[in-house]
Amino acid sequence: MNDRSFSAFSQIVSAAAVLGIAVIIVVRLAGQGGVPVILLAREGRRTLPVTSINNQEFVALDDLAAAFQLAVREESGAITVAYRASTIVLTPDQALASVSGRLISLPAPPTRAGGRWLVPLDFLSRALAPIYDTRLDFRRASRLLVIGDLRVPSLAVRYEALINAARVTIAATPPAASSITQDEGRLTIKFDADALDVALPAVQPQGLVQAIRSVDAVTLALDVGPRYSGFRSSSQTTGNTTRLVIDFAGPATDTAAPALPPPLPPADLPLFGQPVSAIRTIAIDPGHGGEDQGTAGAGGLTEKELTLAVARRLKAVIEGRLGVRVLLTRDEDRRVPLDERTAVANNNKADLFISLHANASMRPAASGASIYVAAFDESARASARRAPERVTVFGGGLRDIELVLWDLAQIRHVDHSIEFARILEQEFGDRVPLGPGPLERAPFRVLESANMPAVMVEMGYLTNAAQEKQLADANFQNAFVQAVYDAVLKFRDYLMAQGVER
Amino acid sequence: MRLHRAAATVALTAAAAGLAWLLFAGLPRWYSAPAGGDALVSPGGQVSSVRKINARLFYVSDDGTKLTSVEHDVPYGEGTVEQAKAILSAQIAPAAEPLLSAIPPGTTLRALFVTAAGEAYVDLSRELTAAHPGGSLNELLTIYTLVDALTVNLPAISSVQLLVDGKEVDTVAGHVDVRRPLLKNLDWIQ
Repeated sequence: MNDRSFSAFSQIVSAAAVLGIAVIIVVRLAGQGGVPVILLAREGRRTLPVTSINNQEFVALDDLAAAFQLAVREESGAITVAYRASTIVLTPDQALASVSGRLISLPAPPTRAGGRWLVPLDFLSRALAPIYDTRLDFRRASRLLVIGDLRVPSLAVRYEALINAARVTIAATPPAASSITQDEGRLTIKFDADALDVALPAVQPQGLVQAIRSVDAVTLALDVGPRYSGFRSSSQTTGNTTRLVIDFAGPATDTAAPALPPPLPPADLPLFGQPVSAIRTIAIDPGHGGEDQGTAGAGGLTEKELTLAVARRLKAVIEGRLGVRVLLTRDEDRRVPLDERTAVANNNKADLFISLHANASMRPAASGASIYVAAFDESARASARRAPERVTVFGGGLRDIELVLWDLAQIRHVDHSIEFARILEQEFGDRVPLGPGPLERAPFRVLESANMPAVMVEMGYLTNAAQEKQLADANFQNAFVQAVYDAVLKFRDYLMAQGVER
Repeated sequence: MRLHRAAATVALTAAAAGLAWLLFAGLPRWYSAPAGGDALVSPGGQVSSVRKINARLFYVSDDGTKLTSVEHDVPYGEGTVEQAKAILSAQIAPAAEPLLSAIPPGTTLRALFVTAAGEAYVDLSRELTAAHPGGSLNELLTIYTLVDALTVNLPAISSVQLLVDGKEVDTVAGHVDVRRPLLKNLDWIQ
């Protein structure tokens, strides 16, 4: 190829590339059909179309008006959505809405496309749900909007392939009974519910179980392969969850089984097509350290020693059994500033932050564990609610960037933190004695800037002589660690059922 | 006749003396008595004539996990700042048995002022942090003793910013964020 023809060729390639990019941009700006949302009511189902613009999902206001009997009016630059005596006021170009006079934020401003007003999908749960007279519950994982009090358990389905065996675990929250029938080539699981909120895992088709799929609104099917020889199932309800475990067996082993189990994939490299675990990194924060010994018991046990000992046990158990990365904010007896502790978690993109402490009271009788979640008063919330900032993006156009003060990063994770605290409280049960009012909110500095679900656990009172002995005991520390480990597992299932993935 | 005149003179003198006592001793004493009209008796049994107000002060509850409120007479202060100083001084003073204070012993009030927005800046001596026994619960009880003593008794004070030795601090004992003024919180009161 001579210079001239090469130059012509490169011009054609460049032109084609520019044209291609232009087409992509136009398509993206015009919006693409997204996965629709299913409106699920006692009367039946209907589909709500979703449009995707710049990676943001939108629904059309007139579709919502038809489905929910809303009156939409556009006047003097504002869009008013009325439902009975309540109103929602939206302003174009503002990612905010006034819902019955209360300001809420939206992930994007309302936008006009094809002669219709589109609002972000979150409008359903943040703006419409508060004023609608029937409960609206948006299940992001399954894209279901449950209207009214229907029994729609959220299912977390996990598939594990083992040597010559396989296990499917289905955790249903709230609890739901189920029945299993075996047909030709498949097991059918029918749940006693109105619908299921489920995101099914992809399964590699060469295993004992070849596919997990939905048959109808309340039934799942597990397709089994030619090597399948039988199954065994058990179901147990603890707290608010029913856990159904189905074990699949392969043919009786007449061929030599491999001596070692297949290696687990590294935590950072999920199998292609499988959902990524919602928890990949956990930060554990042993309170105090160095010259800051925290509180101390009459028997000489200091808070800084206890928190480090338990944190090390917890790290070993979680890393060993769950295969997730566990970071300690200190692994020696040194003073670490509170900001540095949270920075370790934030900079490593931890998915969960657990701060360990031991308590003290002026009255020696006080005893029992407490779990704390960050509390923010109105002035803190006001500083965190800054309007989104509009910035120019590459290739032209504008984009709203949501700014949150680093100091108050926890504000957006509080709901998940409370959920983890509730699960922890449940798991402590009779393993770790709880104090009066075991779940509290307090403006704890180390939790406020954690940019992930975060709790502080006060394991017990060192000022209570009997509890000091208990806290120092290895058996108690192991029971505590096991309870936290079980809570982390349940929280991971909860996050995945909510559609939170990394 | 002479006897009558003498009796009248005695009666007039007694009336004048009575009137003079009423004007110069009786009335002032009457007006300086507390609003309730009862003279206060100090522990020594002497009658005190200092004006008092009734305030709710906070101490550690019997189970050690909350605060309990106790009504106390504290000296009357002219204006919000003086009254706040009087309440806080009473709150941080050593507590008599069976009351148990969540304020570390030796803590003194260095200064107190109130902004137009109702934020009280309370500057306490270093014992607040140096002599603190630790533990997040103790710390919460220490902080809300101070915050609630002012916000519960004085409607003009809406929040409390704690300072130690004249400076802002991050925490008192390593847990509770005191970088911002804290609002009244009755969750820690039994």
